[in-house]
Amino acid sequence: MPEQEIEFKGTNFTLSVIRIEKNDLTLLDSQLKNKIAQAPQFFKCAPVVADISEIETFFDFTALKQIIENNNFVLVGICGHTSPEQKTAAQDAGLAIVNKGSAQQNKRTEIQKPQPEAQTPVETTVIENTPTKIIKGQIRSGQQIYAKNTDLIIMGSVGNGAEVIADGNIHVYGTIRGRAIAGASGQHESKIFCQNLQAELVSIAGVYMLSEQLTEHANLPQCIQVEDQKIVFNPLN
Amino acid sequence: MAKVIVVTSGKGGVGKTTSSAAIGTGLAIKGFKTVIIDFDIGLRNLDLIMGCERRVVYDFVNVIKGEATLNQALIKDKRTPNLSILPASQTRDKDALNKEGVQKVLDDLAEAGFEYIVCDSPAGIETGAIMALYFADEAIVTTNPEVSSVRDSDRILGMLASKSQRAEQGKEPVKEHLLLTRYNPERVTRGDMLSVEDVLDILAIPLLGVIPESPAVLKASNSGSPVILDTESDAGLAYGDAVDRLIGEKVEFRFIEEEKKSLLRRLFGG
Repeated sequence: MPEQEIEFKGTNFTLSVIRIEKNDLTLLDSQLKNKIAQAPQFFKCAPVVADISEIETFFDFTALKQIIENNNFVLVGICGHTSPEQKTAAQDAGLAIVNKGSAQQNKRTEIQKPQPEAQTPVETTVIENTPTKIIKGQIRSGQQIYAKNTDLIIMGSVGNGAEVIADGNIHVYGTIRGRAIAGASGQHESKIFCQNLQAELVSIAGVYMLSEQLTEHANLPQCIQVEDQKIVFNPLN
Repeated sequence: MAKVIVVTSGKGGVGKTTSSAAIGTGLAIKGFKTVIIDFDIGLRNLDLIMGCERRVVYDFVNVIKGEATLNQALIKDKRTPNLSILPASQTRDKDALNKEGVQKVLDDLAEAGFEYIVCDSPAGIETGAIMALYFADEAIVTTNPEVSSVRDSDRILGMLASKSQRAEQGKEPVKEHLLLTRYNPERVTRGDMLSVEDVLDILAIPLLGVIPESPAVLKASNSGSPVILDTESDAGLAYGDAVDRLIGEKVEFRFIEEEKKSLLRRLFGG
């Protein structure tokens, strides 16, 4: 067997950003010490990124790294609009250039910008996707499965008297004989997919239909969605 | 290692006790040291089906409470060697059972050399039924070919997958078997009974046996002799096949198709 190769995977992390307003490392040092005094345990070995957007002149990255590390932080890299010279200097000092994430996060930072305390580390919360809930096997009568803030995949059938609920979409690779409730927190765009529809009830974002109204769409693979507050069936083949 | 098999269904009156008696007896005939435990505390029936009601002195609850030893409570079957019955108490209710007590009795039975422990579950999904299925290695889900029984069996399969000790401890799940009882191929053809395929499609577990609806079952119950001993009857033979499959043999299914009447029998109304 060949040896397993190293895997590179992209993942999101929540990091604190230290915004450096002035090219004054002594000031930074004292400000950091003040911050740590407020919550020593919280900041201990915290990974940080230095935002140097405001700095346009030459910057001593080696000294910055030293100061931050002396204060028991771990400097991961730098971010912000940097000139090519600064990038090279940062990389020479062994620092990574970190790009900020999506527009959503930029918005968040913008909202927080008017705050007077510019040195406060700005939390950039990276919104992670809730992984889809996947259940292998039959969902038996009396069982209830809820996929909070995400999609639900059932690799099996849903029995009479069983309930599958998701805030997102529901996929059933089998027959739905019980109840399927998608968009449980009001997400109108949610859909229900199944290989065979024999459900007691289907509901999307509160719009529902009972089995007696489903008869003409029954026993078929279906994609079920809501249009104009009405349940709409699209046979899958 | 003793194997604990629960015979369960959710719904009442589908043939749990009849099946427990037949399968337990069948395993003993095969030479396995077998005990059948009646978990239906307060509604003791197994002793009647097994024809040992006159010999009940102590019961399962007495053993759990330490009022009798296992040997005092076990009734040796007179017809079949290797077979014992542990009767339920008729004067208590299901709350008399607890996991520790049941565990102790099962351990003691295993130590006494029993190879198969058949637990005859009460109907329902409450304490009694949970106690009966909690320690199971395998489950025989007894189902009639009608919608309410199938739904209740689905429910009990959910319980097996979540409430059993194997589920709680994250061990290999309880091995599930479907036993379809009171099957009538003619009524299936007429469309007023679910077919084997219909039930298998809904429950999606392996089929252990199909027991045809037969007057022999009632006759056997009333005479206190397990129907598997009636080798003249189709029900008895079908239980025999189910036991063979339970111990891992491959046996063709029979009594599933409608019997074709011969021309002569049709003419003379046989």
